[in-house]
Amino acid sequence: MQTGFETYKPMILNGTPDLHQIEVYEAEGGYEDLKKALQIPRSELVESVKKSGLRGRGGAGFSTGMKWSFIGKDKPRYLIVNGDESEPGSFKDRQIFEFNPHLLIEGCLITAYALEIKTCYIYIRGEYAKWIRIVEDALADSRKKGLVGKTLPGSDFSVEIYVHKGAGAYICGEESALMNSIEGKRAYPRLKPPFPAVVGLWGKPTIINNVETITNIPLIVRLGAENYAKIGAPDHPGPMLYGLSGHINKPGIYELPSGMLISDLIYKIGGGIPDGKKLKAVIPGGSSMPILRADMIDGVTMNAESLKKAGTSIGTAGMIIMDEDTDIVEAVARLTHFYHHESCGQCTPCREGTGWIEMIYQKFLRDEAEPRDIDLLLSICKQMEMRTICALADGAAWPVRFSIERFREEYEKHCKKPESPGWNYKMRAVSGV
Amino acid sequence: MKPSLNIPHTSNHGDSQTMPEGLQVFETQNTRNPSEIVFNDDDLAKIEEFKRRYPNQEAAVMPTLWLAQEKFGWLSQESIELVADTLNMPHADVFGVASFYTMYFKKPKGKLHVAVCTNISCQLCGGYEIYNFIRQTFGLENGEVTGDGKLSLEEAECLGSCGTAPVAQINNGDYMENLTLEKFKAFLKDKGIL
Ligand SMILES: Cc1cc2nc3c(=O)[nH]c(=O)nc-3n(C[C@H](O)[C@H](O)[C@H](O)COP(=O)(O)O)c2cc1C
Ligand code: SF4
Ligand code: FES
Repeated sequence: MQTGFETYKPMILNGTPDLHQIEVYEAEGGYEDLKKALQIPRSELVESVKKSGLRGRGGAGFSTGMKWSFIGKDKPRYLIVNGDESEPGSFKDRQIFEFNPHLLIEGCLITAYALEIKTCYIYIRGEYAKWIRIVEDALADSRKKGLVGKTLPGSDFSVEIYVHKGAGAYICGEESALMNSIEGKRAYPRLKPPFPAVVGLWGKPTIINNVETITNIPLIVRLGAENYAKIGAPDHPGPMLYGLSGHINKPGIYELPSGMLISDLIYKIGGGIPDGKKLKAVIPGGSSMPILRADMIDGVTMNAESLKKAGTSIGTAGMIIMDEDTDIVEAVARLTHFYHHESCGQCTPCREGTGWIEMIYQKFLRDEAEPRDIDLLLSICKQMEMRTICALADGAAWPVRFSIERFREEYEKHCKKPESPGWNYKMRAVSGV
Repeated sequence: MKPSLNIPHTSNHGDSQTMPEGLQVFETQNTRNPSEIVFNDDDLAKIEEFKRRYPNQEAAVMPTLWLAQEKFGWLSQESIELVADTLNMPHADVFGVASFYTMYFKKPKGKLHVAVCTNISCQLCGGYEIYNFIRQTFGLENGEVTGDGKLSLEEAECLGSCGTAPVAQINNGDYMENLTLEKFKAFLKDKGIL
């Protein structure tokens, strides 16, 4: 499954200098996949995306072709490309904006054509000012070449693409919050169902996909669904942009086939851990995903099935690596601050839970916590998971729950010593744990 | 060497204040000279272009707030009302949008606004060394501005640049990547702040 990555040739981040310029992109065969796609009947395109096995790269890993086939009959319909990219540990979409914006645009055009969509919004987080400029320049160039906003060659169809600039809120990455954000409202996630494919932007059918997901569409057209499905892990095929950050010698984004061994990514690709230290923990796909202990990664590969068996999930494939000296409680404490800051406040379990969790972590950092606080944390997590409008609450609870389950001794180290004044001996089971 | 992970013991969220009762209060200050808060014809033309991007003109509120902030430096009560009036929206709705996002400044910031990422990957790579250096050297906390208005500090959440951690963003624009304390001090010296 993971064999052959040494000979894999990147297709998204292929290293061609100045690929963001339309002349270079076209010289490399750019926009040919679009021309090819325009000759294929729409239903066949959707079918081949289904057959390719492509799963969304934005976090949930849902089948892209399946999502497309749910699109409502109503018109107009909208396409949104989710480039909010704010999950700690994820920085892959940014590389696409910087190094291959035209592949993204080509993906948007093909997707829009396949789904009869005339308007597409690329939502990019406000912090990415530099990358917004790159994408806007690329859009302008593509417009000049008669692609964006113009009747597409050999068809009677045209697609308008706009960039919508965010302004600093993690929750805008959640698909329904993102729609409210574009509509000019506070970015509160919406109750689902109805799903965006049926009732989305301005109540119209809307397909929302991650930036990386959309850049895979031209590749499927180019290679054909069968050949695409052969890349990487069969249950989660395709090229994948892996992120390596934290304690790693060669951090960065690496395009490789899906289903890479975590250990290969860390040691062969990432050059191992600085100062020859040992690995303590890995968060495999952005901060919300369950953390893995070093002894849990043997033979685990980066695809949905393998990670599920290992007790975690792929998320955005942005791996955060922690060496043996890392204080897990301090690291997770920082994440609790993040989730408290980013909770939109609509749901009581999330708004209150993230706040209480952060406060309890502050106690651990002051070494004032008592062992029962560990159980209190777990009980708060239980009251947050699966009880809210969006998945932020789960994402906030998981780092806490799984770091406690897998690193409980670290939490105990931070607790007050029994002999210190005020230590509470009454270890009682907190209800519901 | 292990980078220090000293998280300051505060749950200050920067752009809002938590009152003793636990309520979050957003401050919006007034501009000193409100008569300067107007859009000229160029701005209005840009706003018309924003409106054309969406089927509903309310959706132009975010780009228009960006325009106002870039023009006036930050979003005072007057600027927010100006945006609302230009788009025919209730003032409260526009205020609601402006207060939702951290990059819309509801208070004046320093001439140099430094947002240091201290989220997990940056934390692991020494982000707090930079953040705490500014706190200690200038006596600033998250969201505060120095008395002379030259510098303001923000504890940023993940800036999407974890591979080049630690990272800081300057004035909502350029990123400083692979930061070290030396590099950052040299930058402040260059700006005449240190
Ligand atoms: C709190 C939260 C934040 C999210 N942030 C992002 C994000 O920044 N980028 C992204 O593509 N998806 C994000 N998602 C997932 C989206 O809701 C959605 O599932 C995704 O954009 C769908 O695209 P895909 O099917 O191509 O993966 C987030 C979800 C949640 C609950
Ligand atoms: S779970 Fe949290 S972030 Fe999501 S809608 Fe509820 S309060 Fe908002
Ligand atoms: S954690 Fe600092 S940029 Fe991602």
